[in-house]
Order: sequence, then C-alpha cells, then structure tokens
Amino acid sequence: MLKQIEGSRAVAEAVALCRPEVICAYPISPQTHIVEGLGELVKSGQLTPCEFVNVESEFAAMSVAIGASAAGARSYTATASQGLLFMAEAVYNASGLGLPIVMTVANRAIGAPINIWNDHSDSMSQRDCGWLQLFAETNQEAADLHLQAFRLGEELSMPVMVCMDGFILTHAVERVDIPAQAEVDAFLPPYEPRQVLDPDEPVSIGAMVGPEAFMEVRYLAHAKQTMALERIPVIAQEFEERFGRASGGLVRPYRCEDAETIVVALGSVLGTIKDTVDDMRAAGIRIGVLGIQSYRPFPLAAVRAALQEARRVVVLEKSFSVGLGGIVSTDVRLALSGIQLQGYTVIAGLGGRAITKASLARTFADAIAGQLQPLTFMDLDWRIVNRQLERERQTRRSGPIAENLLRDVGTVAAKVH
Amino acid sequence: MLQIRLHGRGGQGVVTAAEMLSLAAFEQGRHAQAFPSFGSERTGAPVVAFCRISDEPIRLREPVLQPDVLIVQDPTLLHQVDVFQGLKEDGYVLINSKRGFEELGVGEVSRRFRPGYLATVPATEIAMRHLGRPLPNAVLLGGLAALSGLVTLAAVQHAIRHTFSGKVAAANEAAAAEAFDFVTRELQELKAC
Amino acid sequence: MGTQPLKFYQTGTFTVGNRLLAPEQRSVQASVDRSNSLNSGHRACQGCGEALGARYAVDAAMRVTDRRVIAANATGCLEVFSTPYPETSWQLPWIHSLFGNAAAVGTGIAAALKVKGRRDVRVIAQGGDGGTTDIGFGCLSGMFERNDDVLYICYDNEAYMNTGVQRSSATPAAARTATTMAVGAEPGATFGQGKNLPLIAMAHEIPYVATATVADLRDLEAKVEKAMTLRGARYLHVLVPCPLGWGAASNDTIRLARLARETGIFPVFEAERGEVTAVTKIRHHLPVQEYLKPQKRFAHLFGDPGRPEVVARIQLDADRNIRRFGLLDEVEA
Repeated sequence: MLKQIEGSRAVAEAVALCRPEVICAYPISPQTHIVEGLGELVKSGQLTPCEFVNVESEFAAMSVAIGASAAGARSYTATASQGLLFMAEAVYNASGLGLPIVMTVANRAIGAPINIWNDHSDSMSQRDCGWLQLFAETNQEAADLHLQAFRLGEELSMPVMVCMDGFILTHAVERVDIPAQAEVDAFLPPYEPRQVLDPDEPVSIGAMVGPEAFMEVRYLAHAKQTMALERIPVIAQEFEERFGRASGGLVRPYRCEDAETIVVALGSVLGTIKDTVDDMRAAGIRIGVLGIQSYRPFPLAAVRAALQEARRVVVLEKSFSVGLGGIVSTDVRLALSGIQLQGYTVIAGLGGRAITKASLARTFADAIAGQLQPLTFMDLDWRIVNRQLERERQTRRSGPIAENLLRDVGTVAAKVH
Repeated sequence: MLQIRLHGRGGQGVVTAAEMLSLAAFEQGRHAQAFPSFGSERTGAPVVAFCRISDEPIRLREPVLQPDVLIVQDPTLLHQVDVFQGLKEDGYVLINSKRGFEELGVGEVSRRFRPGYLATVPATEIAMRHLGRPLPNAVLLGGLAALSGLVTLAAVQHAIRHTFSGKVAAANEAAAAEAFDFVTRELQELKAC
Repeated sequence: MGTQPLKFYQTGTFTVGNRLLAPEQRSVQASVDRSNSLNSGHRACQGCGEALGARYAVDAAMRVTDRRVIAANATGCLEVFSTPYPETSWQLPWIHSLFGNAAAVGTGIAAALKVKGRRDVRVIAQGGDGGTTDIGFGCLSGMFERNDDVLYICYDNEAYMNTGVQRSSATPAAARTATTMAVGAEPGATFGQGKNLPLIAMAHEIPYVATATVADLRDLEAKVEKAMTLRGARYLHVLVPCPLGWGAASNDTIRLARLARETGIFPVFEAERGEVTAVTKIRHHLPVQEYLKPQKRFAHLFGDPGRPEVVARIQLDADRNIRRFGLLDEVEA
C-alpha cells in the first residue's frame, strides 16, 4: 500500500512485517523513530508475539540480540555512530558466531567532535567485521532491504546491517509502498536456525579457538561473504518478481553504457548525483553513475565490469581514512586492478555538510577537464583550515581545535543551510 | 518540480507543516518529499524545513536553495535569518503575522518579488481562536492554498485529518479554512487597488 | 527576654530566607559574586529544571572551592544546550566526555590533578539519568568502588530527553515516554522495573550520597558544599522536572519538584558510608495525584475511566518510601 510516511516509520513497518521476535532498543539520534515505532506496535499488541526490550546501552542492545538469536528468535536492533562503536565488541561477536541479526544503521558521523548528522563513518568503521552491509538509496529501498536482509542473513547465518542515511532518509517523509503481510510471509519464511540453544539438543556456543583452527573458522566467514555475492542478486531478483520493483542487488548503474566518466557512490546522494548527471547528459557530456548497494561483500567483479570501459572514475564518498584518503575508493581501486584509467577520490558531506547539485557539477566538470586533484575534500573552507594551522604554528597552547574553528565560522543558526 | 522552504522555531510545528504539505500533495496524486534541517531537540531554535512536490519521482536531496515558495512561521526570524535567500523572482511568500510587509520591516525586500504572490496572514491569532494554542502550522497551509493554488484546501484538510485526530483535527481544518478565506480576500483587495 | 527559634520555609520566593539570615547562611545564588558557572545565553527550553539544578550545584561548588573546579559532562540535554556551537555557557574548565563515561573521565582528571600535586582543584562529573543510571552505570560503579575523588551529580529528569523522551531506568512506573507509550494493556512504563541509584551508590559505601531537588535551593547548595568538604567518591542525585518531556507547564518546574518531595515519591536524604544520616521530612503530606495530574505523561491515568488502580499502586510505592526513609513525623504518619 502506498503511504506518504517518514523513512523511519517505513522501516519500522517493514521490520514489523518480517515478524521479529525480539527487538532491543537504545535511543540515539537519528534512529530513535524506528525503535519508537516498533515499540508502539508491540505495546499496542499489533506486533505479536514480540519482546521489546528497552536496554541500557548499545552494548547491551547487541548483547541482547545475540542472546535472543542464539536461542532461536528472529532479532532486530538499530543504532548509529557512537552507538555502533559502543557495541563494537558485540558486533564482531555476532558475526563471529554467525548469528543472523538484522540491524539498521542510521548513518551518522562519529565524534569527536560530536556531530549528529549524516556521513558513513560509522558503518565504514565496521566494514571488516563480517557483517553484510547493504546501502539504501531511498526510503523505499531502505524498507525493502530489511525484508531482503532477514532472508539473506538467515540463509547464510550471517548478520546484516542495513545502512540508511541519518536525517536525510530517516527523517524524510516520502512515498513508500509498504507490502502486505501475506506478501512478506511468502517471501520470508520463519527463522530456521543452524545453531540454537535448545534443552532437547544441548550445544555449546562460543568456544575458544586457538591457532589450530582459527584461520579455518575465519576463512569460512570469508567464504560466506563470497556466497553472499551470488545470493544477493538472486534474492533481489525474486524480490522484484514478487513485489514489482528493483531494490537491492549488488550495484546499480545509471547511464553508464557509453559513459566516459563514471561517478561511484553509496546511499541517498545517488539521487542528487543522478539529477546532476541528467543535466550534464543534456549538455552532451557522457557521464554516468554507479550506485553500490552491497558494500559488504564488496562486488569486485560487478564494479569492474561496470567501470572498465570508462576513461575516468570519480568515487564520491561520505567517509575517509584519516591520513590516507578514501575508503570506498580504495575498494574500487582494488576492483580495477590492472586497468588503466583516471581515478579521483572526492570526500564530501562529512558530518552532514550538504552536497549540492552545483558543487557536484563543478567537481565533475573539473575531473573531466583534468583539473581535479586525485584527492579532494569537496566544499572545504580553506580559510578557516589555514587559520587554524597558522594558529597552531604561532602558539603552543592554541586551544581546542573544534572550538577555534567554530568561532571563525560564526553563528550557524542565522544561516539557511 | 516545486520547492518550498519553511522557516520557524523549534516547537512551532515547522517540520510537521512540511510533512502535511507533502501529505497534501500525495493526496493529489503527486510525488512529494519533506525533510527538516535542525539540531538536537531544542525548543525555540531556528528550524528550516523543506518540501518538494513533483509529478515525477524526486531524487534530489540537497536543501532547498532556490525556493518557489517561502513560508515564515515566526516573523522574529525575518531579521535574524536571511529567509529570502535564493527565493525565485516569481516566488510566493507567506508570512505569519497580522502586520504587513512594510510594518514587518521587509517592505524593501518584498518589492524584489511579484505583488499578488506575497501575503501575510495572522495564523497564530487564527490558531488561538480555533485551537486555543499558538500553533499556526496547519493554518498557514490553508493560506498557502489560497495564495498559490499549488495545493488545494481540500488536500490540506485531508493532510490535517491524517496528522491530527478528533477535535484537534477539526479545529485545525476550520482554522486552515479561515486562513484560506483571509488570504483570498487579501489578494482580492490587492487586485482592486 | 527569651528567644524562640523559628523555622523559615522557602515557598514561592527566596527573599524571606535570604534577608533575615546571616550573610554566611544566604544562598550562593543570592550573592552578586556568584560564579554563574552556567551563564545566561544557553539554549535550554523554557522552565528547564536541569539548567536550574546545574547552575545551583556548580555555583555552590565554585564558591566553596574558590572557583577551582573542573567539570566532565556526559552527552545529553545539559551538554547540548550549554554548548551550542560556536558558543559555550560554561565559565569553568569543562570537557564533554562521551555518553557513558563521564565518571571515568572525571576519574582521569582527578588522577592527573593528584599526580601534579594540585589538591586545591576539585572534580565534578555530571550527566542526566540516561547517562548515569544506564549507559554510564559501569563507569560510575568503578569510580565508586575505587573511591576516586570525584563528585558525580546526576540531573534526573526521568527519561532520555535530548533524543526525544525515551524511557530510561529512571523512568517512573506508568509514565508515558516514546518507547513506553500509553497504549495497550499496561500503558506507560512497566511496574517492577527501574533502579534506585542513590541506594546503589550507598551500597558502595562511599563517603557521601545525597538526593535533592530544584525546589529547595538552599538544601541543594548545602549538599554540594558538604560534598565538596569531603574527599573520595561522592554522589548527588537531583530531581529536575522537564516541562517538555513531562508534559507540564514550564512555570510548574519548581512546584512539581516540591510535590515530588511532599508526596513521598522522591525521598530527600543524605547518607554517609552506606547509612542514612539525615532526612528532609515532608511538611504537608499530599496524595500522589497532586503530583501526577499536572503532568501529561500521566494523563492516561486520569479522565474517564482513568486507571485508579495504577494510581493506587503509585501511592503504595510512595507510602513505602515514607516508611522506609521516615519521611513523616509520627504524628502525621
């Protein structure tokens, strides 16, 4: 049914349709509306049987999800940013144990400095932990990916993160088609665990593994992610057949067929990039954009196939590896091993800095004109950066960086954006 | 694509107003996107909300930099924030106030835009009479329907019924209708002179 | 001529208490020399109890230490509204920790001061109920058991307010929050859950534990001052009504705090090394309805048909507090 609802609400309804049995909730902006929506559904009796546990921290949230999943329940939680880091030990634990927990990460920057707005630093920080990471471009896709996530995770016995841009998607009200319960039930069968704490068949979960078998256990996690590369497109295909729309998959190219320049990105910024690409195409420029839906497992072959004919690739990402450069661009570079083309890393939108069509158009034009540096921070205010560097050169006790910069920026509340 | 920007303060329902606008557009069978720009929970801080309406699916996610419609829920922002920034020449402006543009000190600015596209409406006062509370958000949308015709009053009232319930919904609907009539009269008077 | 001691009560204003008291007995807030540690210009909501409590508490600490206090602050409303970029309202050295580690960061500051021989500089760690009773619980307990020289102040508004009023372990039974909605068979927060942090602090047998509210300015200041004369781990739990989250009128903050005490819902007491040493008696005992009715978070308990059996349960809990802490003199009990 078509609804005009907030992204968080759409996700809450989609998750509820998946018949979760244990939901654990700890508040952190900007995911709170998701767990609140689910809490209300449980409390009012609409979502039953389901245990909704208000936990005392994110570490507790993932721990509760682990216990619930190990005991055979379909489990769900949501977090962002600091919360994801607070549960990091348990996040690794969940994938190490192969428990098919589904977690929404409402992508938000990690502090310090504390920042509640969107970027991908949180999920990027956990990209190597073994969880599958799926990125949503729209709220429709965010809702749909949760259905696919439970299906995928339970098939493989691996946990899945569904990543959606905090505030930009979570707090946007837009049109979403929420499927019917019967449709979801036909797509997502009840959870059949591979391992479960059951008095009738006692097993011990969580053994210590030494040098004798650790490599093998970890290799199997790697093998599962490789299997996921095959399952993701198949499940996305089945989803499209049942629900009538394309959602998920590994990658989604847009106007890449004869493109000389291809932009690569994850998440909601793809929408703004597509509008920019359309404008540039109308002006005769051969440019396209590749959206990556499955970030982990990283679809090396699919990315290579999509990009190999281009002359230049611009990876636009809301994340970076301090001192080194891009994170996504490093993965893309791996996919393009041995292929000669111009690669650019553009880091944009950190901490919620708006990414505008105008800035994108300028950046892409610079790349095409060969005027873009290999690594750029889009829309960086060099004035305040240089002032701080100068400040530090002049005095030892130059004070906290963030506070200095903010004084130079001036009153933000007076600005429109 | 139509782009609307709403300015107000936290606690005044600016975000809800943008959402109701998107609901009204949805009711009329159009695509709509509404999203806020704000910080942590805080009453009184300046808040900006955006709404896009189109007959095609909306992919753009940037803030509304060149609005076709500007709604100002709190006139105290007029001299604190550059609310008119980027407003298109043939853009609509609706300000919540019982005073006119000159009296509000934005007469000069307003002359950059088209007469007949600008209006003020005492939405807070209308809200007080119908709701007993100074919540002008739904009321202003009634005024917008009259000013621009970009959403119908019926669609606005449908959005109100979807957002509020019972007596509150009914009161908001009535208040929106009153604002609609007020702005209609204001525009007619303007044409007359 | 004989003398008769008279009790002065703070009711609506502080003026009676201040004008007729000796200067050294007047409240810190009465002095023009007060630090205004949490200076004006912060962005708290109208009627914010936490803004009031923090200013009272930190100003008192500043007076008794000659303005030598460093504060560590957990993430939450206080941190957010006091440091809206690019400004800060704090007039003392202040560090925003993370959400769950204000106590540990405080411990770290205290350790640094100790190693540098700065016995004159004191440490306050502060946070809301979410950051103290839930996510900060582990670090808090660690600070207590090590007896680190930190005063921890918890401003308790009984929910995660800054993120939109979600339930914490300090949320009282039956209260509506965004994650304990007033729907279903048992609307609001569940009975039989929740933590009593002051009692838990006492179980650690630390030098000083006290509870206070923003209704009794002089009492709160005295407790901070008392705490600052002691060394080791100290804990102060302050009830700070939140008009937005509680659904109360913004001018009811102090009145509600007083009602919390007068109904027995919030016992006001002091304890040292695990034993209660002083209790603030209830002056005019009132039924819990007086406290609950002005708050929309309890609105589902009233009206037609209301939930009188739930109100009765809340009354029982309040009565238990009165018995347990001896909040009423025998005559009134």
